[in-house]
Amino acid sequence: MEKKATGVFHSLARYQWAFYLWVLWAGIYAWSLYAMGFPARMAFWDSFISNLQLAGACLVMVTILRYYSPGRSQYLNLLALVVAITFIWYAAFRLSWMAIFETGIQQPFWETYFPVRLMTGFLVISCFTLFGVLNQLSEEKEMQVKRKTDAEKLARDAELFKLQQQLQPHFLFNSLNSISALVGSQPAQARTMIQQLSEFLRGTLRKNQEELVPLSEELNQLRLYLDIEKIRFGHRLNTLIEMQENCADARIPPLLLQPVLENAIKFGLYDTTGAVEISLKAGCDGQHLTLTVINPFDPETNSASRGTGFGLSSLQRRLYLLFGRNDLLQAASSGNQFITTMTIPQI
Amino acid sequence: MSKAIIIDDEPLARGLVREYLADFPDIDIVAECGDGFEGLKKIQEKKPDLVFLDIQMPKINGFEMLELLDPAPSVIFTTAFEEYALKAFDKHAVDYLLKPFSKERFQKAIEKWRERLGKKESPQPVQQLLDHVAQMPHQKDRIVVKSGSSIIVIPVDEIIYLEAADDFVKIHTAKGSWLKNRTMHHFEQTLDKNKFIRTHRSYMVNITEATRLDPYEKDSHVLLLKSGQKIPVSKQGMGKIREILG
Repeated sequence: MEKKATGVFHSLARYQWAFYLWVLWAGIYAWSLYAMGFPARMAFWDSFISNLQLAGACLVMVTILRYYSPGRSQYLNLLALVVAITFIWYAAFRLSWMAIFETGIQQPFWETYFPVRLMTGFLVISCFTLFGVLNQLSEEKEMQVKRKTDAEKLARDAELFKLQQQLQPHFLFNSLNSISALVGSQPAQARTMIQQLSEFLRGTLRKNQEELVPLSEELNQLRLYLDIEKIRFGHRLNTLIEMQENCADARIPPLLLQPVLENAIKFGLYDTTGAVEISLKAGCDGQHLTLTVINPFDPETNSASRGTGFGLSSLQRRLYLLFGRNDLLQAASSGNQFITTMTIPQI
Repeated sequence: MSKAIIIDDEPLARGLVREYLADFPDIDIVAECGDGFEGLKKIQEKKPDLVFLDIQMPKINGFEMLELLDPAPSVIFTTAFEEYALKAFDKHAVDYLLKPFSKERFQKAIEKWRERLGKKESPQPVQQLLDHVAQMPHQKDRIVVKSGSSIIVIPVDEIIYLEAADDFVKIHTAKGSWLKNRTMHHFEQTLDKNKFIRTHRSYMVNITEATRLDPYEKDSHVLLLKSGQKIPVSKQGMGKIREILG
């Protein structure tokens, strides 16, 4: 109970300013009437009663507008409503005026006074209505914007999630097949690989797409991945990872490097039949972290004009979603080498 | 005694097939290969009765390798390829094994192969399978051809034009011309329609190679290429060019 009472009190307190405004308005009104030659008592009561009733009319109007939002084609109905309420107010005003001041007096003054009162009442109610409608429109617009940004965020999250998930199945199934093969011949090695695969998967599950992680953490995850690939491809795959010492804390979107390395391995291993070396170099200045992946490829079987083909297009999309830039991923070939360069802005 | 060849780029994956095959003493493994080139060579050399074939492999993939074989051998695919993609050519191959596969599943595949062998069914209609595969996106960016004993991979971007030549199609690039045992219709279906235009019954042109279009005889034109060749354009072909170049 107590809570409810204070709640009402609070909501009343919120409209204190409206009360003060009304007192000011009624005061000026009374003073104007007095200045026009009304007796003080009459000026006070006229202003008090009429403005109290006017405030009531405005409150009715505003309340209606809270529950009824007129469409563009219904503004004429709204005008009719304003006129109707104005007349109701006017009737109430005239009745109470007559009750208090009992003026049957027909003077030319009253003949202009009452129409003027009617017009000012109409203007005040109109003003409040207009205010209410504008308020409604801006609220609607705000809601619309909010809905839109909410929808966009959902879509973006979903897309990021999907982009990440796409990378998994092939790698996962091939690894499981390797484990299946090892179980017969080298059970200890099979157990190691299960451990590595689990650790790798745990790493991918933990990651929140939006959060950036330190490069050192990302490289650990990458090593797990490469260890597994090395078991799969045996002696054919060699990797070299070089990182400038000051880059360990540079920030990078999680699981960004794995698809690039996967792509490099595909290019490198699937296009050549001998041993393959894939290198990753990380360098940084204050503003950017630059990652370069170099893998051999066969210009005879792959035209370099394929550019960022393979899995890199989804990576490009991911970087765009995260940083709003399309120039962060570059791929080029020189001789037998394919070079992928990523630039990660450090904010 | 039947002869089998295992083709897979992962040594462990080959080992698993070998291990499962140990239960079938009447099947002799005559070769194990780590890529499509080697696989092709061994298949031609040993004429196996059964081939275990991975799809994603170095140099040329499993499908590209099959394209070069005539007649194609009986194939059991062993792959991590998505199932939905494989379902489509279920009926063309003897069977497909999704990695990782169990021993029981493997034995079923062998039984299936034996059944087909017993019925003396004609070799699998691999052609249909390859036509289907050729339309998958990752297959569209290069073409594999055989020239004598060597295999040549032609990136689609490097093709200048295609010319019908009896039962073959002659593929012209800046480096030379090669024959492929496919029809013009096949290439019309598989190549990028916004880039390759069938200008004539016997010609298909990479439109980025064209420089000028001249009238020739009544109702026909001739397309001049950067390389200097002149390609005939029929009335129908003219319509297609207009459509693409707007």
